[in-house]
Amino acid sequence: MSSDAMAIPSAGTAARPWVEVMHEWVTTVDHKRLGILYIVYALLFLVVAGLEAMVIRIQLIRAHNDFVSPQVFNRMFTMHGTTMIFFVAMPVLFGFANYLIPLMIGARDMAFPRLNAFSFWLTAFGGLLLYFSFLGGNGLYGAGNAPDVGWWAYAPLTAKAFSPGPSSDYWTIAVLVSGFGSMGTAINLIATIFCMRCPGMTLNRMPLFAWLNLVMSGLVLITITPLTAAQIMLMVDRYLGGHFFDTQAGGSAAIWMHFFWIFGHPEVYILIIPSFAFVSEIVPVFSRKPIFGYSVMVAATVCIGFLSMSVWAHHMFTIGMSAYSNSFFAITSMAIGVPTGIKIFNWLATMWGGKIQFKTPMLFCIGFLFQFLIAGLTGIMLASAPFDWQLSLSYFVVAHFHYVIVGGILFALFAAFYYWYPKITGRMLSETLGKIHFWLFLIGFHVTFDVMHIPGLLGMPRRIYTYEPRPGWETLNLIVTIGAFIQGAAVLVFVANLILSFFKGAKAGNDPWDAWTLEWSVSSPPPAYNFASIPTVASRRPLWDLKHPEDPDSRYE
Amino acid sequence: MRRSEQTRVVVARLAGIAVLLGGGLLAASLCFGSPQNPSQIPNIFDPRSTPAKAIFHLSQFVLAITGLIFAVVFGLLTYVLVKYRKRPGDSGREPTQVYGSTQIELAWTVIPILIVVVLFLATARVIHSIQDAPKPASALEVVAIGHQFWWEFRYPRLGIVTANELHVPVSDPAQPTPTFLTLLSADTDHSFWIPQLGGKTDLIPNRVNNMWMDPYQTGLYFGQCAQYCGTQHAKMLLRVYVDSSGEFDAWVRAQQQPAVRDKDVSAGRRVFETTACINCHAVGGSVANGRFGPDLTHLMSRQTIASGAADNTKANLRLWVQTPDAIKPGSLMPAMQLSKADLDALVDYLVTLR
Repeated sequence: MSSDAMAIPSAGTAARPWVEVMHEWVTTVDHKRLGILYIVYALLFLVVAGLEAMVIRIQLIRAHNDFVSPQVFNRMFTMHGTTMIFFVAMPVLFGFANYLIPLMIGARDMAFPRLNAFSFWLTAFGGLLLYFSFLGGNGLYGAGNAPDVGWWAYAPLTAKAFSPGPSSDYWTIAVLVSGFGSMGTAINLIATIFCMRCPGMTLNRMPLFAWLNLVMSGLVLITITPLTAAQIMLMVDRYLGGHFFDTQAGGSAAIWMHFFWIFGHPEVYILIIPSFAFVSEIVPVFSRKPIFGYSVMVAATVCIGFLSMSVWAHHMFTIGMSAYSNSFFAITSMAIGVPTGIKIFNWLATMWGGKIQFKTPMLFCIGFLFQFLIAGLTGIMLASAPFDWQLSLSYFVVAHFHYVIVGGILFALFAAFYYWYPKITGRMLSETLGKIHFWLFLIGFHVTFDVMHIPGLLGMPRRIYTYEPRPGWETLNLIVTIGAFIQGAAVLVFVANLILSFFKGAKAGNDPWDAWTLEWSVSSPPPAYNFASIPTVASRRPLWDLKHPEDPDSRYE
Repeated sequence: MRRSEQTRVVVARLAGIAVLLGGGLLAASLCFGSPQNPSQIPNIFDPRSTPAKAIFHLSQFVLAITGLIFAVVFGLLTYVLVKYRKRPGDSGREPTQVYGSTQIELAWTVIPILIVVVLFLATARVIHSIQDAPKPASALEVVAIGHQFWWEFRYPRLGIVTANELHVPVSDPAQPTPTFLTLLSADTDHSFWIPQLGGKTDLIPNRVNNMWMDPYQTGLYFGQCAQYCGTQHAKMLLRVYVDSSGEFDAWVRAQQQPAVRDKDVSAGRRVFETTACINCHAVGGSVANGRFGPDLTHLMSRQTIASGAADNTKANLRLWVQTPDAIKPGSLMPAMQLSKADLDALVDYLVTLR
């Protein structure tokens, strides 16, 4: 039995039978191993969904292109969205949370290790089920029978009348099953954070990473339920003669939208809040200052959590709700910009007066800050309902949410990879490759997503497999596609970095970044039991106190 | 990090601004560069109707405020990165550890709240002005019904049924003659979007939606369905012809006539009326009374077929009837599998339906 979560290949270790290694990994309940499983799983699906995006972009490179048929294109954008949200973003964020939180709070594992494993395998199975859909129906060459109803699966497009085959059922069941996995993880995180903090670590002293994942978990618990309920109702409609969403029999299309978006909007906060968590841990370390306004950051996040459940119908501004409804959702959607802006200002203030080191994790955080600012501002534009009546359902909105998800979440994730990879594997990622990855991805991102706003302003709707040669649309789409290829190249550099550094990277030691939270007090990688003896803490930055006994944090906060 | 690296970060940031500005200039040039017929670009910043104009003015206000916020925060971020970067030859001592400041937190909470209040008030005003606009007696009433993948337009008070190409009268701001549309759907969700004439409103089955427009400039305006409705969502194109009042009256009169009954194409008419065509299509004054597909009474008065997917020519009509998948694969028009003789006769008949 290995006492390391991740054995570094080195001379002198007797090779164990690979079956034994596989068995260990498949049956593990260790939060560190499950974290790695989540992350690797998500990276594989990132590549797959990225390829789906490339198909979309190649098809849209010119007007009336015929790279793929409309049927295939519609499956591509459905699968791209569904995969990225449910089988890339959520798993990778759960993976980091799983790995880091017990270490950060001085615990040996999560509260419910077996539930942890069960949650992972549910999510994993969901993804496999979704992709199994490609193998049905027309077979592989016709891209099979994958769902083509968009990742929101609006009614009544999903009714038997309009989606006669089983393709949309793959969407429904895969997402439903993985939703239970998400619930399990959320329960686990909440219990762990509330019950398993080490002595001295009051809620007021735990890392912001833990706080933000706590809020995220609360959101998961509350908002996955409406989606699951709607999906069950959809199955009742399709197979048991129900008419919840069957408009031909008096059902309501709008009700599906409400159920979906009551989940769907908090979902994007479920994705962004852990990304905030990464940034909140990394920016202080590379500015050499504590996070500015810890309590306000916690309060703002809790505020965002609550407010996020009051904004959902800004996705429905065009469906013909009353002026009062539209006004209500406009003001809540603008209001949520306030606590979000506060967070940006606090990160700014953290850097103010510091000594900023432009190592790769910090570079990605800086990209995050600029890009999330822009994404938030285009969000304010979309919150203004009449403006949204023009911008909604066009490429402006596609550009906006990719700005949040790629420019925000993915950049924060890259930062997290570069920051915690040494802890997880014991090796540093290459700084050189890291910088190439950063600059290449930054350029590609901006070429694609800055320009993508413009076709939306010029009337190009979304989810179209081809377009008329309207003035400007072709050139702009060409530029967008070129940027996508640049981003693809950057991701290849990243993957190469991950693999090469695993074998050749510099040894990391316990604390390569001179950081202050508890995970940096153990070896890299940590032993299976995390801590030889459970630590006691007296402040928010226990390692700062150890390194600066003459000036401990406990004196000030 | 060496000085050259730090300089590169700053230069790259400035390059980023340049790209954004360049992109903005590109966008601006696309908005304001004027080809022969400016309405050919469905540009949201080129409004030609009151709702679109109200949205345009609101958007300028919102852009100004968000632009200001962007400039301030972007400037501060850039300043911080330059001023507080770790210098080479640094002593290695940690900087002053600052934990927070209640006054600063209050300031940057209160100011954004005020900004939100102002933005919201401007927004609410435009919401009400568009959604609660009263319908004048002079308004033209149109019922738009969304289908997979075409648009049905009915003018109930005028007794007209047509498809895909909407004709409305120009509206003189002094004596408005707006068009009020009732939006319905026969199957899935759709969305009616002509950027220059107004924001989009969805067509949702089992639900009645409303919108209005009062275009003050004649011309042809483009748009298309904006809510994913199935395989051929991309080809559910829209053309709105804003006619002068004389032109509009002439169009109405022509549309109100029953179908042209040309004796020379009676063979083709027989093919039409004795095959499955009449299950879906209607031709006024004949036995054909199908409502599933577009009304063909005045087919040749339209510039395009298949909701804009092809120009309305004899060759395209022939292709559409025989092999619709060649023009719009996944549309609900079936391949009619007619013999060559029947097909020729049928197309000769169709082109008489002016």
